[in-house]
Amino acid sequence: MFTGGRRYYLWLAFLSVLIGLGVLAYYRQTVHGLGVTGMTDQVSWGLYIANFTFLVGVAAAAVMMVIPGYLYHNQEVKGGVLLGEMVAIGAIVMCLLFVVADLGRPDRMWHMIPPFGKFNFPESMLAWDVLVLNGYLLLNLHVPGYLLYKRYRGEEPAKWMYLPFVYISIVWAISIHTVTAFLYTGLAGRPYWNAAILAPRFIASAFCAGPAFIILILEIVKGWTRFPMGNRVISFLRMVVLISGLINVFLLVSELFTEFYADSAHVASARYLFFGLHGHNALVPWIWTSIVMNVLALLALVSRKFESRGVVVRNIPLLMLIVAIWIEKGMGLVFPGFIPTPLGEIVEYMPSGNEVMVTLGIWGIGLFIMTVLLKHAVDIETGEVSPPDK
Amino acid sequence: MPDKAEAFNLDEFLQKHFHQMSEEEIQKTLERLTRQYNEKYDREDFSVVADGPQHGVKFAYALNLSKCIGCRKCVHACVEENNQHRGTEERGDQVEYIRVLEMEKGSLDVEKAVHDYDHEVPAEGKYYMPVQCHHCNDAPCVKACPVEATWQEPDGIVVVDYNWCIGCRYCAAACPYWARKFNWVEPRLPAEEINPDTHYLGNRPRYKGVMEKCTFCINRVRKGLNPACHDICPTGSRKFGNLLDPDSVIRTIIETKRIYILKEEVGTDPSFYYFFD
Repeated sequence: MFTGGRRYYLWLAFLSVLIGLGVLAYYRQTVHGLGVTGMTDQVSWGLYIANFTFLVGVAAAAVMMVIPGYLYHNQEVKGGVLLGEMVAIGAIVMCLLFVVADLGRPDRMWHMIPPFGKFNFPESMLAWDVLVLNGYLLLNLHVPGYLLYKRYRGEEPAKWMYLPFVYISIVWAISIHTVTAFLYTGLAGRPYWNAAILAPRFIASAFCAGPAFIILILEIVKGWTRFPMGNRVISFLRMVVLISGLINVFLLVSELFTEFYADSAHVASARYLFFGLHGHNALVPWIWTSIVMNVLALLALVSRKFESRGVVVRNIPLLMLIVAIWIEKGMGLVFPGFIPTPLGEIVEYMPSGNEVMVTLGIWGIGLFIMTVLLKHAVDIETGEVSPPDK
Repeated sequence: MPDKAEAFNLDEFLQKHFHQMSEEEIQKTLERLTRQYNEKYDREDFSVVADGPQHGVKFAYALNLSKCIGCRKCVHACVEENNQHRGTEERGDQVEYIRVLEMEKGSLDVEKAVHDYDHEVPAEGKYYMPVQCHHCNDAPCVKACPVEATWQEPDGIVVVDYNWCIGCRYCAAACPYWARKFNWVEPRLPAEEINPDTHYLGNRPRYKGVMEKCTFCINRVRKGLNPACHDICPTGSRKFGNLLDPDSVIRTIIETKRIYILKEEVGTDPSFYYFFD
């Protein structure tokens, strides 16, 4: 954290400003209540839970590199794994912060912790989510932490100290996104969410946007540091992004067909999202933007025309996919689940300025953590730092 | 305006879950709350009780769709009885447990309902369906809560412990009847409009950031009275009683009338029935 170039410090300074503004906005929220957000009894979850849902996917995606890296001892991918896990740590911290920011009574969080509190496990899916997210955070702190420490000491890591946790973390990564999907699909009173396809779609979109996000970070690390990384990691990940992206679109088409061809009463939320309902259409431009970006980006990846181009051009499709899936998770999944309400009322949702500032602040914290972790991992891996006694 | 934000209170912060408190601890809590409310609202007549359920009682509600005229008197009686947030100017967000739907004749589809009708009732070609908490026997809100801050009492009433709720609003997402209402801001409750006869699990004043809902007026029904919405209804559409008493009005209705259960397909087994003459 204390050594680095100008770009590094400028970036951290910028993030610190975001964090500062976010803290101020959050303070305002704790004083006045969640009424300072755009949420209502009609749309009772908003930007916070949308970002939470998206970031669970990013965190889960680290596993896409863990599988070939540790399981098949693909040395080139292994270097990237470490960085992927750093991204996962940042993403999980953001997830937890978004959930906390969404609480009406954060002062009572201890109510969840037994034996003082009461933890509604295994009944409540939210209780499951708390467990799997925190577990995933611990796993992702342990594995790279141990490997880096050994590397820093210049020692060979003991397999039994990390390999079992690697296997666990693979299953665990799938579980965090599955449980997060079950949070929604388990609600029989919300037909838009109460669909079995939601969990597979979550996984597919996560394994599309997540690795895309990790590629962008790898490109930065590759361009700006002496971190030893071949092109194979990135081209492997691009393939993951492409395949997951195609599966995601296929699942979306399946869902839309079922909704609109059957045209039952259940279609109201989907109709609101894609075409507007009774003159209410706030989400329509968003979802079509998302779909167009999704399709264009996947076409670009399929054609493979951009792969050999400059660093900016070849990464534009990835950036488009990240934005498209972010929209899909928030505007496309969380908000329309509440519109119309179970009693048929249509109230639209628009996040407030304060809510946006808290959101940006949390992103600032997550990116700050990722930056510092990545910087140190890179320094250790490239041998730029070593223990004082060596 | 007595809208003072409460100062930090250690006893309140460390207060246990309602089910984990001993009789003595509950008594102490009730005394503390009474003191706090009297002070906050500058009154001397607050009473906070925690009357328990009676053996052999299981409450249920029935509403006559042939009779209801949509006058919304129940909505307002409920707000007054239960000390709801009266709304702020900027949000216009009075908390109401009952939503009266203006339905189109020939359809039971709530998506065709009008919520904000503002004309003389009953209107031509319309009928009215008030919706409130259905006190489900397999309640999705109870399952959803990560901290067991909401549960169904033995007499069927689904309650919230306002001192335990963490305000995650997962229960609100889970409810098929849109019955759960959140305190987005510090509730505005003018001292002169307060109903000082309160129940711990019911109409005592709420806090910012917690969930609340209809409790069948737990403060009334556990004393043998009917809910406020029942008593105010000018048409006699509302019927309330003990499901376990074979001679109760609610049993007669279920046994002799045509019953409609809203969203029965969701499978939550409500204690709230609609019926027709």
